Amino acid sequence: MISDPLLQQSSPVLEEGSDDDQLLRVSLGPQHPSTHGVFRMNVELDGETVVRLKPVFGYLHRNHEKIAEGQTYLSSMPFTDRLDYICPLTNNWAYAHAVEKLAGIEVPERAEYMRVITAELTRLINHTAFAGFFLGDMGAWGSALMYAFREREKILDLFEDLTGARMMSNFMRFGGCRNDLPDGWLERCRALVDNYEPFLDEMEMFLLGNEILIARTQDVGQLPKETLINGGITGPMLRAAGVAYDIRKVDPYGIYDRFDFKMPLGEKGDCYDRLMIRFLEMRESLKILKQAIKDIPEGDFIAPKAKIRGFKPPVGEAYGRIEGPKGELGFYLVSDGTPQPYRYRVRPPSFVNLTLLEEMCVGLDIADVVIILGSVDIVLGEVDR
Amino acid sequence: MAIDQKLADDLKSQGVHVTSFEQLINWGRSSSLWPLQFGLACCAIEMIAATMAKYDMARFGAEVFRPSPRQADLMIVAGTVTKKMAPQVVRLYNQMAEPKYVLAMGACAISGGPFKEGYNVLKGVDRYIPVDIVVPGCPPRPEALLDGLIALQKKVKGEKLIGKDRVRHADPNGMAEMPVPEYGPHDLQPPMNPEVWKPKAKIRKEGEA
Repeated sequence: MISDPLLQQSSPVLEEGSDDDQLLRVSLGPQHPSTHGVFRMNVELDGETVVRLKPVFGYLHRNHEKIAEGQTYLSSMPFTDRLDYICPLTNNWAYAHAVEKLAGIEVPERAEYMRVITAELTRLINHTAFAGFFLGDMGAWGSALMYAFREREKILDLFEDLTGARMMSNFMRFGGCRNDLPDGWLERCRALVDNYEPFLDEMEMFLLGNEILIARTQDVGQLPKETLINGGITGPMLRAAGVAYDIRKVDPYGIYDRFDFKMPLGEKGDCYDRLMIRFLEMRESLKILKQAIKDIPEGDFIAPKAKIRGFKPPVGEAYGRIEGPKGELGFYLVSDGTPQPYRYRVRPPSFVNLTLLEEMCVGLDIADVVIILGSVDIVLGEVDR
Repeated sequence: MAIDQKLADDLKSQGVHVTSFEQLINWGRSSSLWPLQFGLACCAIEMIAATMAKYDMARFGAEVFRPSPRQADLMIVAGTVTKKMAPQVVRLYNQMAEPKYVLAMGACAISGGPFKEGYNVLKGVDRYIPVDIVVPGCPPRPEALLDGLIALQKKVKGEKLIGKDRVRHADPNGMAEMPVPEYGPHDLQPPMNPEVWKPKAKIRKEGEA
C-alpha cells in the first residue's frame, strides 16, 4: 500500500534479533503542527529518549536557484522575498548587496539609511514572531502568538505603505531602493519604535520568570562552542553560546559602522539563552532604528546611474553577505557577462543552522526535540529553497 | 422551500422559525468549518495572521484549527505543493472525514504560481483533489482568505442533500478517496487525476479559425 520507500522505512518497525529491536521509529512531519512548515524528522526512540534523528528535506524545494539562472538579475528579486518569507526585506538586501558587489555599484546615503531602517524593522518582526511560535511549541499555542502578531501587524502596515505589499515587498534595487519613503512615514515609524519598548517589557515580564518556560528550556539543546563554530552555525544561535560573531560588527556592510549598538551574548547556549538573546537583540535594533530615523538625510533613494533595464554585470564572481535575523544570509553569484547569472547560490542561515539538529537532540526526550527545533528558528522556504 | 413565505414571516415574528432540515444542517455546517492546521509555505503565515487578533477568523466560526485530518472539515492548501509533497497532500485529503472541502490559497496552490516553470512544483493542486474555492494572490491578504471562507460558506449553505443533484458527500456512491500519486522516475505517476482535473480545452474543428 505504501509506496514511498522513505515512508516504509519510517513507520514503526520491530526487527527481531537486531540491536534495534527495542527502538520505536517515528516520523515527525511533514504535516505536524510544530515543524514550522513541511520539515520532517525520522526519530528513533528508546522509550522516550531520542537515539537517532534524521532530518528529511525537500518538501518545499521550489528550484529557486535553477529558476534564477534562467532569468535576468532583477527578475530574481521577487523570488528572494519568498526564501525566508517572514523577513523578505533582509533577503532583498542580501541579494542587492551581492549584485552591487559584483557590478561595483555605489549606493546613495539615503538609500543606505532606508535599508537599515527596513532591515531592523524586519528583525523586529522575525524575533517577535519567533517568541510567539517558540511559546507555541511549548504548548502555549495562541496567546503568545497573538501578542506577537499584534505587533507584527503594526510593522506590516508600515511596510505596506512603503512597498505596497504586506509580505512580499520586492523593495530593493541594485543601487538603492525602489521608491522613496512616503510622506509622514518616518513619523509613524518613530511612533512605532517608541511604543515597542513597552511591548518588549510586557513580553519579558510574562516570560522571564515563568517556571514552565525555565523548566523546559534551561539546559536543553546545549552544544560546545567549538562544535557550533565547526558546524557553521551563525546568528542568534551562535551568539547565545557566547561567540561574538555578528556580521554587522565583524564585517560591516552598508552603514552599520556608524551606529552605536551592542552585540548581546549568551552564556550557556541552551534554548533559554536563544530566546533571551533575541529579546536583547530587539532592544539593540530599536537603538539602531532611533539613530537611523534621527540621522536619515535627504537625497536620492537610488543611484542616478543605476541601470534597471539591460543590466549586465562584468565577468566575475561575488559573495555578498549580511546579518539576517536568522544568521549569515549570503548570495554567491557568478557572472559570465550575460544578463543572466551563470551560477546563483543562496547560503541560507536556517539550513546551515539545522545541520547540528541531531547532535542537539540525541539523549533528550522527544518533547524536547520540538523545542530545540523551534529554537533554531527555521523557515522552510529558505531551508529547501 | 415548500412553506408559504408570508406564513413563515408571520411565525417568525412570534418567535417560531420554520425551515427545512436541509437548510438547518447546511447552516450548522457552514458556521463551524474546522480547518486543517497545515501550512506549506508563505501563505501559511497569512493564514495564521487571519486567525490572529486583527482579522479574527473566529468571527466566521472557522478558528478551530485541528492538527489531525480526522477532525477537520476544510483543507486550506496554503502554499506551494511540490512534487515531493503532493502525495502527502492527497493522503491527508483522503484521511479527512466527509463532508470535506478544499480551499486553494495563493497562486502556487492554484497553478504553481511564480515557481511554475520549475521542475519540482506541482502546477495546481486541483490536478489531484477537487478544489471548492480558489483565493488568488501571492500571498493573498488575510481579508482575501476571509472572503474565500465566506464564499465557501455560501456554497455549503446552497448544497442539496437529497435528490438527483445532491452533493458528493450525501451520495453513497460519491467518490471519497482520491488515488495517491507516486513518485515515478521522471514525474508524479499519474501526472493528474482525470476524474478531478478537467481543464476547459478548446478543441478546434476543421476549418475553424
